[in-house]
Amino acid sequence: MTESLLEIKDILIEADIEGEWKPIVNSLSMTLKRGEVIGLIGESGAGKSTFGLCALGYTKPGCRIVSGSIKLDGQELVGQPEAELRNIRGNKVAYVAQSAAASFNPAHTLLDQFSEAPIQHGKMVASEASVRGREIFAQLDLPEPDTIGERYPHQVSGGQLQRAMTAMALGSNPDIIIFDEPTTALDVTTQIEVLSAIKEAVKSRNVAAIYITHDLAVVAQMADRIMVLRYGDLVEEGDAREMLANPKQEYTQKLLAVRSLRDNKIIDDAQNTILEIHDVTARYPGTNIDVLSNISIKLEKGKTVAVVGESGSGKSTLARVITGLLPPSKGTVSFRGEVLPASLKEKSRDNLRSIQMIYQMADVAMNPRQRIREIIGRPVEFYLGKTGAENEARVLELMKQIEIPENFIDRFPGQLSGGEKQRICIARALAAEPELIICDEVTSALDQLVAEGILDLLQNLQNELNVSYLFITHDLATVKAIADEIVVMYQGKIVEQGPKAQILEPPYEDYTELLLSSVPEMDPDWLDDLVERRKRGEAPTSETLGQR
Amino acid sequence: MILKRVGLGLFTLLAISLLITVGVEMLSGDVCTAILGQMASEETVAACHKKLDLDRPMFVRYVEWLFNFLQGDMGNSLANERTVLELISARIGNTLYLAALSSLVAIPLGISLGVVAALYRNTGFDRGISVTTLSTISVPDFFVAYILMALFAVKFQIFPAISNVSSGMGFWERFYVSGLPVLTLTLISIAHMMRMTRASIVNLLASPYIEMAKLKGIKPGRIIVKHALPNAWAPIIQVVILNIAFMVVGVVIIEVVFVYPGLGALMVDSVQLRNMPVVQATAMIFAAAYVLLNLLADVLSIIANPRLRHRR
Repeated sequence: MTESLLEIKDILIEADIEGEWKPIVNSLSMTLKRGEVIGLIGESGAGKSTFGLCALGYTKPGCRIVSGSIKLDGQELVGQPEAELRNIRGNKVAYVAQSAAASFNPAHTLLDQFSEAPIQHGKMVASEASVRGREIFAQLDLPEPDTIGERYPHQVSGGQLQRAMTAMALGSNPDIIIFDEPTTALDVTTQIEVLSAIKEAVKSRNVAAIYITHDLAVVAQMADRIMVLRYGDLVEEGDAREMLANPKQEYTQKLLAVRSLRDNKIIDDAQNTILEIHDVTARYPGTNIDVLSNISIKLEKGKTVAVVGESGSGKSTLARVITGLLPPSKGTVSFRGEVLPASLKEKSRDNLRSIQMIYQMADVAMNPRQRIREIIGRPVEFYLGKTGAENEARVLELMKQIEIPENFIDRFPGQLSGGEKQRICIARALAAEPELIICDEVTSALDQLVAEGILDLLQNLQNELNVSYLFITHDLATVKAIADEIVVMYQGKIVEQGPKAQILEPPYEDYTELLLSSVPEMDPDWLDDLVERRKRGEAPTSETLGQR
Repeated sequence: MILKRVGLGLFTLLAISLLITVGVEMLSGDVCTAILGQMASEETVAACHKKLDLDRPMFVRYVEWLFNFLQGDMGNSLANERTVLELISARIGNTLYLAALSSLVAIPLGISLGVVAALYRNTGFDRGISVTTLSTISVPDFFVAYILMALFAVKFQIFPAISNVSSGMGFWERFYVSGLPVLTLTLISIAHMMRMTRASIVNLLASPYIEMAKLKGIKPGRIIVKHALPNAWAPIIQVVILNIAFMVVGVVIIEVVFVYPGLGALMVDSVQLRNMPVVQATAMIFAAAYVLLNLLADVLSIIANPRLRHRR
């Protein structure tokens, strides 16, 4: 098994960035043997997806392969006509995309989409393909493998869809599968199921794989070898276990560094409650399902409460209730001891000013046709009535607080990086001089190191301004880093709440333990061990939880 | 939801009937001066008014008409003694025939040209189709009609210039005689459908599932037809139905140009004669066709969405 299947040599890929061709993959090379899994790791902009995709002879629109060679089983791919490359794609080399929900065609059934590649490549007829489809669906632990293929993509869950996509990649028996962040969009508990299904499928077939991810702990479970990329260059390459135990480059060490725990603040007895949610139940208009049931949360001045839960737990709905976007059907929200009007329309300008919000997608939360000056200056004028030179002075002061250079004031959001955009959103929230900021998954769309910078900034701002945070997140690492108190939510109900130390130390509540145990660890044996322990019933699984 | 839409549709019809009444009243003269001519003495006109019940105020006549109309009585033509129902039933078949035939030609042609243009997007072929179809909708309807008449009836004499169909004609003869009106209607409606099909497909080509199909090694033609088109139906249906409505309603001018004995020509004649009951009835039919077709478009768009067709 030493025969090399894929040999990429000195590949140079350029992208058209505002009319100029700039290199995004800088003369990278890779050798992939049969049955080997290589992990490509790096932050956004590292070129890892572009590099991975070139194994299919494919570049995204607006990119081009300039030079280098890609040899698949001895056949050169660079410079081949499209028709020749189509014979390879979905046939010898298959692809699994990040978002299965977006990458499955909503108009066709799962089995139709599974069968398409094998049939179009002339490998199978329809009846053979559907038999094979059922076989592989069963192997990937999909429920009702005989009939699930007749469903449409929106009729199955996210985790099932991602497994169906892996099944689709396996359909025509490829030599290589490229996994492009296949679990990034999933909840932690679902991620485990998909990871173990992928690992099992890859190992049992001895198929080679390129596994692209930003999460070192995930790649630790999957890869034999790891390549760390940054800005299109190779930082470090080596055996997975060795690299994790002994990273040579500083950048790799930084990626590996576990986030530090925040010191536990002493919750003083002096009651200084700023926000009190009392027995809130809410449902969306026109539905009869309670998205939130009997939620009660208290938040002290200058403290951070983290609301943690998976998708569908109702945590974002909670934010909508507090801001007044969704009036609750029962219960009240009080601010500084006064009950807030339930709906947005009835709120006074001071109500609006004192509770601000920061969103997950900084990109879409800002008007792309406004300059930073207007984005931050608008709330300064609206809430505080400052105009002209006074307004500009305040904007500059805010920009200093969020550590953005003053000369950015006339830029548009499109000219900023992801982390910078989120900082502008923070400044916009601060401009109103609020007492409470609701942070809805503010670091989820950011790279690890950038996200840490944002969390640091939020922490410093809290120390300086004594503002309170309600931190909504699915990411337990973020919770550990920033929370004073934790509220764990599951299906619209509070499972557990209390000071951080109490929640994160044993004895655990079952669901909390499931969440905590599902967060990938750097140990390469972590996944196998966990799956073993769960099989033996020593660790909770989503199924045992469902039986409660 | 559907009930609300139907209610709104009925309200639209009511508003239109009122507008038509006021509009026709505002035109100079009435049916008596139109029939009797400018030279008629005041007494003859007054006698005519009396005979046709036109001496009462407009509003009273409107309410009376509405009351009868709601009971299914469309009244009598003022120009001759025939009932409006009789006049309309002689013509409506011809108009529907023309609209149906034009739709059968224009819709498949428009959509397939759109698909081909999307497949060869930004090539000379794509631009050629766009320029041609856009040119034909950029000039007035009657202009297209006269150009076609000059070319195919006068110069080359392929089709007759006058499309005077009659009930005695056989299928092929009728088809042949309607050639020019159908061609005109096709030319003035095809661009909308072609452009919308192209735009909806091209819009979807950036979707992750299209990239996925490319990475499965699927051929470009199959990607467009199998992966993009099924998801592009909703906007295409809207435009197609709007064009069918246009073919039913927009035929007014085309029918006059080609002397085609349809509802549109009847309407124009009746407006000239200030023949209110006939104008009112034809307007109601056209408006109802518009309202119903738009309702149909919304229902079809919902059916075209797989998420709504196959519930969880």
